[in-house]
Amino acid sequence: MAQPPPRHATVLSLSNSNSNSNLSNASTAIDRPHSSQTHMPTPSTSSTGLRVPSNRKTIYDRHLNRSRNAELSRASFAFLFAEMVTYAQRRVTGIQDLERRLNEQGYPLGLRLLDLLFYRTVSGSTSSSLSSSSSTSASPPNRPLRILPLLHLIHGPLWRLLFNRPADALEHSVSPETPNEYMITDNDPLVNTYISVPKEMSMLNCAAFVAGMIEGVCDGCGFEAKVTAHNQPTEMWPSRTIFLLRFGESVMEREKVLERAGVK
Amino acid sequence: MSYYFTILSPTDVPLFNIAFGTSKSGGDGIARFRFPDTAQYMNQFIIHSSLDIVEEAQWMNGNMYLKHIDTYPPASAYISAFLTPSGARFLLLHQPPQLPNTGSATGAGGGGGSSGSILGGSFSASALGSSRASASSIAANPTSPQTEEAVRQFMTEVYENYVKTVMSPFYRQGMEIRSAVFRSRVTAAGRKWL
Repeated sequence: MAQPPPRHATVLSLSNSNSNSNLSNASTAIDRPHSSQTHMPTPSTSSTGLRVPSNRKTIYDRHLNRSRNAELSRASFAFLFAEMVTYAQRRVTGIQDLERRLNEQGYPLGLRLLDLLFYRTVSGSTSSSLSSSSSTSASPPNRPLRILPLLHLIHGPLWRLLFNRPADALEHSVSPETPNEYMITDNDPLVNTYISVPKEMSMLNCAAFVAGMIEGVCDGCGFEAKVTAHNQPTEMWPSRTIFLLRFGESVMEREKVLERAGVK
Repeated sequence: MSYYFTILSPTDVPLFNIAFGTSKSGGDGIARFRFPDTAQYMNQFIIHSSLDIVEEAQWMNGNMYLKHIDTYPPASAYISAFLTPSGARFLLLHQPPQLPNTGSATGAGGGGGSSGSILGGSFSASALGSSRASASSIAANPTSPQTEEAVRQFMTEVYENYVKTVMSPFYRQGMEIRSAVFRSRVTAAGRKWL
């Protein structure tokens, strides 16, 4: 009974467990597969403490530029985004709460995109000029230090990364009381293309998700900001959306200091 | 040359750290700091004390690689910084090996110091001497352009792996990086460039 090798014992116990006639044999065999099963996978995993995919390729083995020019199906994105909105809509108290949740879903994405965006611009330029070190030191883009470069980064490269085109307008608040407010306009946001908002929720704009991304980008760069999405329909663009960026006090103070120091 | 590399989150939480030695010019890749093994916290202490300077330099210079930013002369520790756009800081402390017969700790500008690892080696002296001379610019002069360039390459490679970590949906900003693969990648980058 103790003699058969563990592999066979496992098979035996499975076939025997149905019949009650051989209980003692089954119970001893059940102990054995447990010990053998817990022991079997450890040699491969204990060295790294990590489950490696079957093709041995971890995320570190994949190139970040591989999906650079790959396009995502619009239908699957629309479906996924619809599910995200539905998910966010559970147990919310109102429209503001729903927008806050969408914003929170977008925020971590903004932080990630920021790193990815810089990585791609750096690696895209260095791959061609890796040999000469003098040109590479000049080519990496600068981190935005002032508000305007940050807004251009969002308006141009970030929008192109997300939607394949730049945003439609970039404006500064004209009111002297709110110099910390900036607006980025998108005439036809992709996220709202397949969403028709019910009448009783007419204030809702699901582009709050994109606003969250913008907020993540601003925060990541060290510009504390609150970003909200607002409907501003025109006759030509019924789903025109304005992203309102409100920078915090600390940012405005630093902006003044940097302006005096002559930092661009 | 001994190195201590650490990644700090934008809120100064340590996410990752590793100590390693040079692999160039016959180095064995093992860190030999000037502090006794019981005082390795000095590395962390020196690195974290340079954060004030990072935060000053951060708004004056828009590059991601801020170059050599701080020196701690008593231990002749040099600190280079790299800032990711999302605010994580990569800090590298490098310390040239202690010259066997110099008393002053700041006199590290001389030729490549011979580390203890070579003592028992049976290599020919001429081959060793030439290889050490070619790398002595990195080993002995932490502020030379060659060193800056090597550190920049190292930082860029770590940055690539950091972005890969960050892109994982299971990683949230400010989480410690525990991946063994990431660690081995950083070690490999250190072996390649430093």
